[in-house]
Amino acid sequence: MGDNKGPVEGCFQLMGGAFANAGTASSELKIVLTNLGVPQDITRRAAIAAFEAEMNVIIHAIAGTLHYEITPERIHIDITDMGPGIEDIELAMREGYSTAPDWVREMGWGAGMGLPNIRKNADTFKIDSVPGEGTTLEIDIFLSGGRNADNK
Amino acid sequence: MELGKVVELLGGTVVVSKKDGAFDITAVCTTDMMSDVLRFARRGELLVTSLNQPQVIRTAEIADIPVVVVVLGKKIGKEMIEMAEKMSITLLSTSLPMFTVCGMLYAKGLKSCVNGR
Amino acid sequence: MLTINDIAEKLGLDLKAKGDVHKGVTGCYISDLLSDVMANSKDHELWVTLQTHPNVVAVAAIKGISGVIITNGRSPEADTLKRAAAENVTIMTSPYSTFELAGLLYNLLKNANVK
Ligand SMILES: Nc1ncnc2c1ncn2[C@@H]1O[C@H](COP(=O)(O)OP(=O)(O)O)[C@@H](O)[C@H]1O
Ligand SMILES: [Mg+2]
Repeated sequence: MGDNKGPVEGCFQLMGGAFANAGTASSELKIVLTNLGVPQDITRRAAIAAFEAEMNVIIHAIAGTLHYEITPERIHIDITDMGPGIEDIELAMREGYSTAPDWVREMGWGAGMGLPNIRKNADTFKIDSVPGEGTTLEIDIFLSGGRNADNK
Repeated sequence: MELGKVVELLGGTVVVSKKDGAFDITAVCTTDMMSDVLRFARRGELLVTSLNQPQVIRTAEIADIPVVVVVLGKKIGKEMIEMAEKMSITLLSTSLPMFTVCGMLYAKGLKSCVNGR
Repeated sequence: MLTINDIAEKLGLDLKAKGDVHKGVTGCYISDLLSDVMANSKDHELWVTLQTHPNVVAVAAIKGISGVIITNGRSPEADTLKRAAAENVTIMTSPYSTFELAGLLYNLLKNANVK
């Protein structure tokens, strides 16, 4: 990404319940990273983290945005939504915890592994939520000097 | 294991075939939960699922999974096929149930996607 | 015919809720989708899944599943176990992935049926 002057940015609107296009933002991000020549394992981690966050807005919230910014140092992704928010973040972070309804599970989601997956793939991860208002996630994945990227 | 061998073993149908499809499959992930794929599958593995939703293809693409097998002859709709074509994911269908598919692939020495188990 | 107990022993399964563990196992169904299990599983099959919530028990009871094996080291929710005890459904857990557990179980059932 040597000849890029400023950061590479993108922003997507996300709609709660819109399963048909779910994942578009993350797929786009993946293409951008691939085209920038970002190593495959880092691209994969960013795509997985973004996808889980994107799905959470579609499954749990009303509407939101996914915004990314890529600099030579890092991939920054922030996801903000209007929605029910999260009452107990520690509980929500627990592997297997999910409030997803049955129909969501029939679509292959709601295993309660999304937030843990995001944390696992991110180099830094911040979650803020106001019950009754919404949730914000900030994710950084380092492009240089990051950890060895195995999705374990 | 080559893709052709997988198809032959499972008596499967190739629904969508990726153009540059020379595969050597060594490990398998079996699940219907997409976060399970995103958590445990490694790049290049085979996904066996009973879910016939376009989301399966999206998840495969995000997780660098080149081949998806849908079991039990579940109907694969137009949207799922179109997404597989667009994302260059090879999509197979077999009438066998998940249990038989896993049993047969495991017997051929394919490994589990979860490391160290 | 192998019983649930035999299988639990051979595969090192952890018995979390004990129904009729002397029931014979005729086969196995694998799915994480409850509607799929409702539609396609058969009587006296073992059900392998990574789902942990209480509805698993409801489906198992309705479908006459002989036992449920939860994979990937996941633990059933407390309500799931409560409900399993009430409905006399056996719940077991395994650290193995669904694929590997299925592979081992397939082999086990095949050999048992040959004898
Ligand atoms: N954007 C969000 N808005 C409201 N609640 C959320 C959001 N993201 C996650 N949650 C809550 O946290 C729980 C755990 O999230 P996650 O680990 O992604 O699992 P899952 O999405 O499979 O339920 C969800 O079931 C939900 O209760
Ligand atoms: Mg989620």
